[in-house]
Amino acid sequence: MQEGAPDPDLYDYHPYRGRPKITWPGGKTVAVWVAPNLEYYEIDPPLHPSRKAWPTLHPSVVGFAHRDHSNRVSHWRMAEVMTKHGFPGSVSLSVALCQHHPEVVEDARARGWEFFSHGIYNTRYAYGMSEAQERAIIEDSIRTVMEATGQRIRGWLAPALTHTPRTLDLIAEYGFTYTCDLYHDDQVQEVKVRRGRLASIPYSLEVNDHYGFFVYNMSPREYAEALIRQYERLAAEGARSGTVMCIPLHAYLIGQPHRIGPFEQALRHIAADGRAWIARAGEIVDHWRAQTGGQG
Amino acid sequence: MALDPAYLEYPHRRHGYDHELYDWSCLHTRAPVRWPDGKTVAVWLCVSLEWFPIVPGGPFKAPGHMQTAYPDFRHYTARDYGNRVGVWRFLDAFAAAGVKASFATNAAIAERYPELIEAILADGHEIIAHSTDMNGTIDSSLSREAESALIGEAIARIVRAAGVRPSGWLSIARQQSWNTLDLLKEHGLAYCCDWVNDELPYRFRNGLVSLPLNHELSDRQIVAVQQKSAESWAESLTDAFDWLAGEGRAQGGAGRMLPVHLTPYIMGLPYRIDALERWLAAIAARDEAWFAPGNAIIAAWESHEQAQAEEAGRG
Repeated sequence: MQEGAPDPDLYDYHPYRGRPKITWPGGKTVAVWVAPNLEYYEIDPPLHPSRKAWPTLHPSVVGFAHRDHSNRVSHWRMAEVMTKHGFPGSVSLSVALCQHHPEVVEDARARGWEFFSHGIYNTRYAYGMSEAQERAIIEDSIRTVMEATGQRIRGWLAPALTHTPRTLDLIAEYGFTYTCDLYHDDQVQEVKVRRGRLASIPYSLEVNDHYGFFVYNMSPREYAEALIRQYERLAAEGARSGTVMCIPLHAYLIGQPHRIGPFEQALRHIAADGRAWIARAGEIVDHWRAQTGGQG
Repeated sequence: MALDPAYLEYPHRRHGYDHELYDWSCLHTRAPVRWPDGKTVAVWLCVSLEWFPIVPGGPFKAPGHMQTAYPDFRHYTARDYGNRVGVWRFLDAFAAAGVKASFATNAAIAERYPELIEAILADGHEIIAHSTDMNGTIDSSLSREAESALIGEAIARIVRAAGVRPSGWLSIARQQSWNTLDLLKEHGLAYCCDWVNDELPYRFRNGLVSLPLNHELSDRQIVAVQQKSAESWAESLTDAFDWLAGEGRAQGGAGRMLPVHLTPYIMGLPYRIDALERWLAAIAARDEAWFAPGNAIIAAWESHEQAQAEEAGRG
C-alpha cells in the first residue's frame, strides 16, 4: 500500500458491470466458503499501546469464558453441522491454539479443513509492529501450523483485524496467495503488492455472525434468513460472472444452542440449491487465478 | 516504530489454559451425565433480584444502574418495579407451571422485602447469594480483604434476613477478580454461576463447582440489549431446548442443561409476561424437561461425578 497517502492504492477500480466471466467447477455460479474462527484469547494479555484487549479489568470473566465456550462445547456442535451438510471449513486460526487446545485443531484437520493464520492470539495486535516483529509473527504462523497440521498456510486474516502498512507486501513475499482483510468486492480480486501476487478473497463483516448478532442484533432465525438472502442474490448474479460468498463464524456465537438449529437450516438450503460450489478458500483462489492469470 | 519486545513473548503458550483456574475438557466426550427420571434437559430458571441504590457506587457500574443526573427517579423506580410487581408475576407463573427456580438475591432485597423472600421460600425455590446490592460489584481493583469482607457481608446479611444459607453465588455482571473463586470457597459456598464457558457443571481446581448461567440466553441480552420481542426470546429458548433435547437423544439419554436467566423488571412487564407463561407451559409439557433449581442440578451432577470417580477407582 501507499503509506500515508489518502488512497492506500490497494487495488484498481473494476466496475461490477461488464467483468470477464468467471466460472466455477461444474458450472456453479457462486463459490461458498465457511470460515470458522478458531481462536484463543488470553485471559491476561500484555497491554497494547493503542488497543485494550478487554473492556474490564482482568479477568474479564464473561468475555474470556464466552470465547472459551468454543473450545469446550460449541466448536464440535458447529463442525458436526458443517460436516453433515458437506461444508468444509477454511479456518481463521489463532495459531497458539495449536499449543493450548491441539484437540480442537486436530478435529478441524481430521475433517479436511484448510488453515490460514489469524495471528498468534486474538489478543495480540499488529498495529505498531516493526518489520522484524511482523516477520516474526508471520514466520511463527507458518511454522506453528506446519508442525501441528502438516499444512503450509496460504492465507492471512490479521489478528483482531489489526494491520500495518507492510502486512500485504510481507505476506505476498512469504508466498501467501490470499488475504481475507479487504471487503471491497463480491469476487476474488488482485491486490497490489510490492513483489509477487496476492489475491483478495471476499470474507465478510456484514454476514459475519458477530456482526449479525452484536451489530445488527439479529435473532438466530433472522441471521439464518440473512444468509439465505445473501446466498440467493450472489447465486443469481454469479451466472454473469462467478461470485464468492463467505460465511465467517465463531463457534461461541453460532454454536449456541438457540442459534445452531436455524443455522443448520441455512446450510441445508445452500447445499440443496444446486448453484453453490462449496469449497475451501485456497481452491477458490486457485480457480480464479487459473482463469484470470492475475488479470481479473 | 516497534512494539516493546515483550509484546512478542508468550510465557503462557502451552498445553491447556493460560491460567490455573480450571482444566480443559470437551463436553461432547465426557461420560454422559444422567438427570433424574431419565430426563435429558435440566431447565434452570434463575431470577436476579436486584436493588439499585439511587446513588451508584462500587468498582464499576452494574448493568441496569442509574443513568441520569441525580436523582434518577426513572431508573430507580423502573428497576424497583421488578421487585414490587414483576417478580410476583414470575412466582405465579412458576406455580402455574409447577416448576422450581433459583433466585439470585441481593442481601438488600432480603432485608427490605421480607414478604417476597417468604413467598419464594414457601414455594420451595432456592436462594442464591448475589452480593449486597447493585453497588456490590467485584473486580480486580478490590483488595483481597475488601472483597472477602463484601462476600462475607452479603452471605451474613442474607442468612440473617432469609433464614437460609445459600450454597450458590452469582456475581453482578458475572464479573470477578483474580481472588473471587478462592474467596467464595473460603466463605463456604459450593458453586458459582459466573463462568459461561460450558453447558454443564464442572469443577474448578480449588473444588468450587461452576454452574454456567448462559448470558446469551438471558432476557437482559435478548430483550434489553438486542432489543428483541418477548416472543423472539421465547422462540430462541424453544429452539435451544429442541437442540439440547436432540443432543441428549443422540447421545443415548445424556443430560444437557438450559439456563434461563430472568429479570423481573424486563420479562415481568404486563406485555411480556404472557410470552414467559406460554413458554413455561409448553416446555413443562415436554417429556425431556426437568425443571430444577441450581442446587438440585449440582446435587445430581455431584452424584454423577462421584460415580465416575468410583468407576475409575475400580478400573
